[in-house]
Amino acid sequence: MDNVLSFVTFLPTVAALVLALFLRGDDAVAQLNAKRLALFATVITFVISLFILFGFDASDTGFQMVEEAEWIMGMKYKMGVDGISVLFVMLTTALMPLAIWSAWDVKLRVKEYMIAFLLLETLMLGVFCALDLMLFYLFFEGGLMPMFLIIGIWGGKNRIYAAFKFFLYTFLGSVLMLVAMVAMYIDAGTTDIVQLLAHDFSSETIKVLGFNIVGGFQTLAFLAFFASFAVKMPMWPVHTWLPDAHVQAPTAGSVVLAAILLKMGGYGFLRFSIPMFPVASANLADFVMVLSVIAIVYASLVALVQEDMKKLIAYSSVAHMGYVTAGIFSLNQQGLDGAIFQMISHGFVSGALFLCVGVIYERMHTREIDAFGGLVNRMPAYALVFMFFTMANVGLPGTSGFVGEFLTLIGMYQANTWIALVATSGVIFSAAYALWLYRRVVLGDLIKESLKAITDLSAREKWIFAPLIAMTLLLGVYPALVLDIISPSVTALIDNYHAALPADLVVEAASH
Amino acid sequence: MTSNDFSIVLPETLLAIYGMLALLFAVYTGKDKLAGLITWVTAAVFVIVALLIGLGGGGATPAFHGMFIDDAFSRFGKVGILLAGAAVLVMSYDFLDKRGFAKFEYPILVLFSTIGMMVMVSAGDLMALYLGLELMSLSLYVIASFRRDSVKSTEAGLKYFVLGSLSSGLLLYGSSLVYGFAGTTSFAGILSVVSVDAPLGVLFGLVFIMTGLAFKVSAVPFHMWTPDVYEGAPTPTTAFFATAPKLAAMALFARVLHDAFGGITADWQQVLAVIAVASMFLGAIAGIGQTNIKRLMAYSSISHMGFALMGLAAGNAEGVQSALIYMAIYVTMNIGTFAFIMTMERDGQPVTDIASLNLYWRNSPAKALALLVLMFSLAGVPPMLGFFGKLAVLQAAWGAGLIYLAIFGVIASVIGAFYYLRIVYYMYFGVETDPLDKVSSPVTFALLTLSALIMLVGIVNMFGVDGMAALAAEALVK
Repeated sequence: MDNVLSFVTFLPTVAALVLALFLRGDDAVAQLNAKRLALFATVITFVISLFILFGFDASDTGFQMVEEAEWIMGMKYKMGVDGISVLFVMLTTALMPLAIWSAWDVKLRVKEYMIAFLLLETLMLGVFCALDLMLFYLFFEGGLMPMFLIIGIWGGKNRIYAAFKFFLYTFLGSVLMLVAMVAMYIDAGTTDIVQLLAHDFSSETIKVLGFNIVGGFQTLAFLAFFASFAVKMPMWPVHTWLPDAHVQAPTAGSVVLAAILLKMGGYGFLRFSIPMFPVASANLADFVMVLSVIAIVYASLVALVQEDMKKLIAYSSVAHMGYVTAGIFSLNQQGLDGAIFQMISHGFVSGALFLCVGVIYERMHTREIDAFGGLVNRMPAYALVFMFFTMANVGLPGTSGFVGEFLTLIGMYQANTWIALVATSGVIFSAAYALWLYRRVVLGDLIKESLKAITDLSAREKWIFAPLIAMTLLLGVYPALVLDIISPSVTALIDNYHAALPADLVVEAASH
Repeated sequence: MTSNDFSIVLPETLLAIYGMLALLFAVYTGKDKLAGLITWVTAAVFVIVALLIGLGGGGATPAFHGMFIDDAFSRFGKVGILLAGAAVLVMSYDFLDKRGFAKFEYPILVLFSTIGMMVMVSAGDLMALYLGLELMSLSLYVIASFRRDSVKSTEAGLKYFVLGSLSSGLLLYGSSLVYGFAGTTSFAGILSVVSVDAPLGVLFGLVFIMTGLAFKVSAVPFHMWTPDVYEGAPTPTTAFFATAPKLAAMALFARVLHDAFGGITADWQQVLAVIAVASMFLGAIAGIGQTNIKRLMAYSSISHMGFALMGLAAGNAEGVQSALIYMAIYVTMNIGTFAFIMTMERDGQPVTDIASLNLYWRNSPAKALALLVLMFSLAGVPPMLGFFGKLAVLQAAWGAGLIYLAIFGVIASVIGAFYYLRIVYYMYFGVETDPLDKVSSPVTFALLTLSALIMLVGIVNMFGVDGMAALAAEALVK
């Protein structure tokens, strides 16, 4: 199959069109059909995406399965994957069926809900496959629309505020990136990412408004991209949209947001910031790492005092993304490997944690931590699952969470010992908030009247959690599954990065 | 004056003859009973003439000693104007008929104003420019106050007339200054004078001419009339205001700046840049507080004109091309949006309050979805076509070194996104209120869905509009 990437990317859209055009009515039968069709489409997408994974040659560090066609306004329709992006594609296709399946109990406007998720899947896959700057931007920004609607229509009480904040916050971040993309297009004469990767962007010092900008064009473009990716990650101090969006979003929306949408920022750093603006990356690496470490410590502390479970997990996501950015900008093999691994692992773990919250929210319609307690007495299976993912979130050895954190910390240590020292304290904090949450919700005696009738996991919920548990364990005990695929591309990325640095920066980078 | 000259102005001549015949025919026979027939026939004539022009010969030919120019640029503008005019005409009839003022003069006035616009985009001389502009404006003043028994509509017409005359006066004053200092009214003549050395008087004249044109495209600070006239005029008239005349005035802007003042780009570039930034921000910020959808669209159009002017400010062929692409997309989006606004009614009365759209998607999911697409497209969110318009002008502005303009532009687009999202918010997230009537109007529905589909499907190849705009821009900027 030559067009497997396009096929996988647009298959969900086709399913969405079928739903929109051919499914009538909003009765129970139509709802069930909508859910079945959406689930079927996402499963098929996943199965076909396996061809991408198995057809992928990890030893080849270039782009594979490339498709190319002329498009309007000097742009190209170009798709392709390399070792960095292929696993994000797989993560997306693997998690979407679970997200759809977890939304089985939604009653309001099911057909539209499914259409929104299917369109979202296309846009997310497109982000990871696009090899044209503008095509990337199209998918990157397009994802805002379905998410805006998912939060706004199916969200909680304060959903409108959250939806607007989510949209405008990320939109503002991204338009600056758009300006930088236009500048890159005019500078390099192409929007083809492969050619842009080979293009040397100027790092001559320039004067803007009387300030000397060291690194010139590269620094400015880096900052413009940073504005977008930092919001998307999200990094401290531009993370404030995330807790709101997470708390208000429906369960499946939270899962997709945490597990996939947040990864676009990290992917962007790897695809654009470091290889295209190496000088600026070298200059600004410390700055980003400091922000990341603040995020780790600050978000962990904030998580400790949350009363809403979803908000707590949202802040935990901010902290974990801090490891990712710190790992990326330690700019060495372990750091980058660890960052990508952490993103994949976080996709499974945070997705599962939001599902765990969703399970009890659906039963009790509250996410207040105080409303629960002693769930283990009525829900042993749930307690086990929640325990497992809490441990994975903390980074217990044997789970995937450990590998990612450990590798990024090694990377950070090589780049800057102090940063690594502070970041490691985050490991302790994360154990504190996660275990404390677990104790308050699950352990103890079941004293609350309202909880007396709560039921344990249904078969459907168990089946949703099973693959997530399997993946978390598998990646925890055998990380080579992921590392073998990403490492060659990461090595090539780092080699190119070092080759692109001018002599005076190489000395500094070597000490990193 | 040869027959050759007349063959070049054939489309305008045909339209004028048709208009006068239709007028006579209607006056001496059925009068207003023929309104529907004349509306449809006029729209059909528009489409036929548009095809005639679009498929006709290429090249650039001046007529009447350069008074009138037929080139790729004017053909692009004319086809756009005629198609927009036809779309507005066909969607207006139901609305006018229902309110009991479907008069036969309406399509004929639209027709005459369209002829004026066609002269504008073909103008090769200050005289021709003024003739076209006034023919357009005078017809527009009348249709703004077309609802004679409504105070608001008459007020809109009067306001538009008074301010419009003022701007025409400024334009004329500028033209006379240019004539006095350059010694000619022909664009080619002015160009040859300013290319050597631009006298100060010509620059003064240029500023006044730009003022007059900025009024017509409703760019800040000459935008004051726009919200009031948009709100007061009957909705079909507003729809017309927001589409064809804007395209014509923008094309005329490009025509004058490049054909007559192409040699002194640096002198007008900064002026345009300031006007563009002011328009983008004012349109984006002032629109936030609006509750009336027609006023909101007025501010939206002010903001959009700012973006198109940003393209023009680039001062080169790419700039003109991007402005034309932007305008073509803008007109398409507005036709769809106004087709929707015309069907907003409750108990048979037109409603323009945005809050009346509360949970609109429950009643009419298809129309709500189409409007959603249009709103996101107006906001410039990818992957809708509206984004590509913004991208084109950004590229042009950056390419010409107007970096601050590009940055201001994207920030304004984020602010402006808020009010488009607010419409989506009412339609999809709002609270339960009295629903709007279910209006069955196949024409408006067709135009609404067509416009939304173009926004989605157009991203495949833009239907070749970018190529045509490139040809048009090349014809203009040598």
